[in-house]
Amino acid sequence: MGLLHDLLFDYTLRTVALGSATLGAVSGTLGVFAVLRREALLGDAISHAALPGIVLAFMFTGSKSSLVLVGGAFVAGWIGMALMRTVTRNTRIPPDAALGIVLSVFFGFGLMLLTFVQRRPDAAQAGLETFLFGQAATLVQGDVLVIGVLGFASLATMSILWKEFKVLSFDTDFGASVGIPMRRVELILTTVLVLAIVTGLQTVGVVLMAAMVVAPAAAARQWTDRLGSMVWLAALFGGLAGVTGAVLSSTTTGLPTGPTIVLSASVIVGVSLAFAPRRGLVWERIRARHRRSAIRRDTVLADLYALYCQHDDIDRGHPLPVIEAMSEAKEGAFNTLLALESDGLARLLPDGVWALTPDGRVSAEQRLAGYQPGNTP
Amino acid sequence: MAIVGPNGAGKSTLIKAVLGLVDSAAGQVLVHGRPYEEQRREVAYVPQRETVDWDFPTSVLDVVMMGRYGDLGWFRRPGAREKHLAMEALAKVEMEALADRQISQLSGGQQQRVFLARALVQDARVYLMDEPFQGVDATTERAIVQVLQELRATGNTVVAVHHALQTVPEYFDEVMILNVRHIAFGPVDEVFTDENLRTAYGGRVSFLRSVSEPSTGTGAGE
Repeated sequence: MGLLHDLLFDYTLRTVALGSATLGAVSGTLGVFAVLRREALLGDAISHAALPGIVLAFMFTGSKSSLVLVGGAFVAGWIGMALMRTVTRNTRIPPDAALGIVLSVFFGFGLMLLTFVQRRPDAAQAGLETFLFGQAATLVQGDVLVIGVLGFASLATMSILWKEFKVLSFDTDFGASVGIPMRRVELILTTVLVLAIVTGLQTVGVVLMAAMVVAPAAAARQWTDRLGSMVWLAALFGGLAGVTGAVLSSTTTGLPTGPTIVLSASVIVGVSLAFAPRRGLVWERIRARHRRSAIRRDTVLADLYALYCQHDDIDRGHPLPVIEAMSEAKEGAFNTLLALESDGLARLLPDGVWALTPDGRVSAEQRLAGYQPGNTP
Repeated sequence: MAIVGPNGAGKSTLIKAVLGLVDSAAGQVLVHGRPYEEQRREVAYVPQRETVDWDFPTSVLDVVMMGRYGDLGWFRRPGAREKHLAMEALAKVEMEALADRQISQLSGGQQQRVFLARALVQDARVYLMDEPFQGVDATTERAIVQVLQELRATGNTVVAVHHALQTVPEYFDEVMILNVRHIAFGPVDEVFTDENLRTAYGGRVSFLRSVSEPSTGTGAGE
């Protein structure tokens, strides 16, 4: 109850939670398109490329207001993104290499500028380095307003251009062939992606921001087969990771926000990978096991039936070793017999031998009726 | 009309150049006598099905409705009318029962029919298809051929990149033989000759063709 009370009434905590939730939801939403277009790492390059923009914006204006810094980040991130596209389109350098080049060059330049600024004698620059790993505790109401307005603009653009973004992500060439200007749509999509990314930098930091783009979308994909619900889920997951991480880090001293948010997101991804129905690993295992035991059941039933046919006596039992020798899955034969027994298809006779029940015989005959040698039953 | 030629001959590139997806080095594209840019509505495109990610989170119906996006224009979302048209197109390729399927659950042939339905829903007059018969089962091949014949019967033009030479005379009226440069173009019984094919494919093609089509395959061009 204490935490809930603080979330609602404590100014700092409320601000931090609200800001982180919003940026998590926005970057998660737009991340869906980045992930589906196989450009998940674009977010990484954009966020790293934003660093020099932040420092330059500060150097030129001397201001640390979030609007100024986010503006600088946006310009630098956008230039980095445009540069990547230009390089990929006009040279033989593949996209991943272009991405690597832009990321490291811009980030290196940004670090250099940051070191240079920090050597200056005045204290005005203090706090710029929080952009590396993020510090949610520094969020004030004005920052949250900026995050909210920019986030709303990104999401509004997405919902207006929904079908254009969808066809861009699924089949760009086809979109162009029906007359949609795909290059312009792509430019708009990456621009709002840049916008979503730069608004998260103060909280999550340039180094880890990419995770907020990729993780919620990757987790959401596990739970649904519809683009619409994938977007809603990604927003939910992103928001949840944002709040959890930000609240944990601001209530614990010395815990940086970015890594905490990213870890929260990773937990969501981990759970989704394991437990999502149909796509989850756990269900996959369970299904595989079901299939295996169903096949084993049928073969053991068929074996018992073959023994019965040889002797034409339903009350004659057969010892376990015989059935094991016939069965392809030797170790499983006993358990399979027990399963058949509990279904009333096989029975254990007093002297420890196994036989079909009348029901078992009918079931085996039905199964074998559809069987032709060479076909699977 | 079929476009045939060996791998790397530029068949897909030709279609993409017509659609403006790759820049053409020279020349202009006319559709029914007017520039392609003005006639975009008249042209529908069926890409190779391997070009998209079939694990994309969407349904069969959604993909087919993408064929209406061009006519809808900016901002407008597909509604009941688009859904109705999409279902009609799906019925033509015998896929209406699978409308709500997630597209990753489709077989290769079903994927191809979804792409065909997406083009049909555009209600165009020229259909450009990139290997519509590539890797599909006999059911799908029959369904596609039936749709193509209907399109022809109602006065539309179908241009398809095609690989199985032995079915060219059966499926198509005209053929373009291509190997980097244009080798021959015209009615199948005039230009689909061993000589032209040998120019395009090298020596072994007459063997390939005469095995599968002994009656009409040999000597058609002499």
